[in-house]
Amino acid sequence: MDEGRPIFQQIAEQIENSIIDGTLAEEAQVPSTNELAAFHRINPATAAKGVNQLVDDGILYKKRGIGMFVSSGARAKLRVRRREQFSDQFLRPMLTEANKLGLSPAEVKDMIDAWGQNR
Amino acid sequence: MSPVVSARNVTKRYGSMVALDGVTFSVRENAIYGLLGRNGAGKTTLMRILTGQGFATDGDVQVFGAAPYENDAVLADVCFVKESHRYPDSHTVANTLEAASWLFPSWDEKFAESLVDDFRLPRKRRVKKLSRGELSALGVIIGLASRARLTLFDEPYLGLDAVARQQFYDHLLRDYTEHPRTVILSTHLIDEVGDILEHVLVLDRGRLVVDEEAEILRGQAVTLSGPVETVDELIGSLSELRRDRIGRQVRVTVRGPLEPTARTRAEALGISLEPVSLQQLVVHLTGAPTPDASKELSR
Repeated sequence: MDEGRPIFQQIAEQIENSIIDGTLAEEAQVPSTNELAAFHRINPATAAKGVNQLVDDGILYKKRGIGMFVSSGARAKLRVRRREQFSDQFLRPMLTEANKLGLSPAEVKDMIDAWGQNR
Repeated sequence: MSPVVSARNVTKRYGSMVALDGVTFSVRENAIYGLLGRNGAGKTTLMRILTGQGFATDGDVQVFGAAPYENDAVLADVCFVKESHRYPDSHTVANTLEAASWLFPSWDEKFAESLVDDFRLPRKRRVKKLSRGELSALGVIIGLASRARLTLFDEPYLGLDAVARQQFYDHLLRDYTEHPRTVILSTHLIDEVGDILEHVLVLDRGRLVVDEEAEILRGQAVTLSGPVETVDELIGSLSELRRDRIGRQVRVTVRGPLEPTARTRAEALGISLEPVSLQQLVVHLTGAPTPDASKELSR
């Protein structure tokens, strides 16, 4: 786990990532909080907090006595949310660094185009 | 739910030495607490009072709602594993575990046996022939297998190597998950156990300086580095834990939390932000003041 960030948030993000990249399909069962706790070597209450946040968000749902499952539509919902966060999380730091180096946004755009072509 | 432990204004004096100074906190049921602090901060003294092995000069301690001192009903459900516990020298490992099984009503013999195998403890060896690490393993096994409603581990890892310590943490976590109970773990190896703690208590020179959920502490303190004017503007009135300076550059650790807007501004201004681990935070909170800070004080 990363230092300096609440672990429950990191647990929630890791499950979100698995849903976004398709490792966890919609309607698939999610590992139990006890399994998550043992795997990540964290307190089970912390794991439960991460999972419950996703339940509150409607990303996961509980089947009483069976476990947690990925809600249908969760993947699309997460992609929309992550796209909204994209400029904040990735563009802003990139453009801050570019500005420091005296690169204009237009020059950065050219670099992105060139990078896309060379790939 | 009433707390498992409640301590109100607990003070312990040895002559003119104040070992605990007005310590007030409570411990809830079914959680893992970390009791952290430097040597001599009062951790062992506090644990001794909680387990009825000592008494406070002043203040009030309740365990399961009653005073623990000479209270068999309370103490039957309390297991205290001390750093240098003295088990009878002439007993074998097997004898010692058998005696423990009589002491603790919730003792799980099968679990104890599997732990003995895992820690590779020789059953027939006498206690006086055990190495430091084997003695620690014996204490850890008793602490885990006792399944006491309140279990206290006071730096239980002396002589245990990294592998055995990891085994201890893994067993503790797994068994706690299956059999929830209250655990208070006193340790210096904060980085090793940070992730399994739910709540953190920090003692500094007899005073309780932190009583907080681990998840809240994590990510609260932050270190900012950059030009002094910019850093000073960003931290505003946040409490400073440490400040180092080289030329016009400073590195300042603040208790935090830094507001999201301040974070965004820091990024825009090219100020680097580094998270502070639980261990670093405890070092900052209980360490000596930095040269800069002490100059401020004497001025």
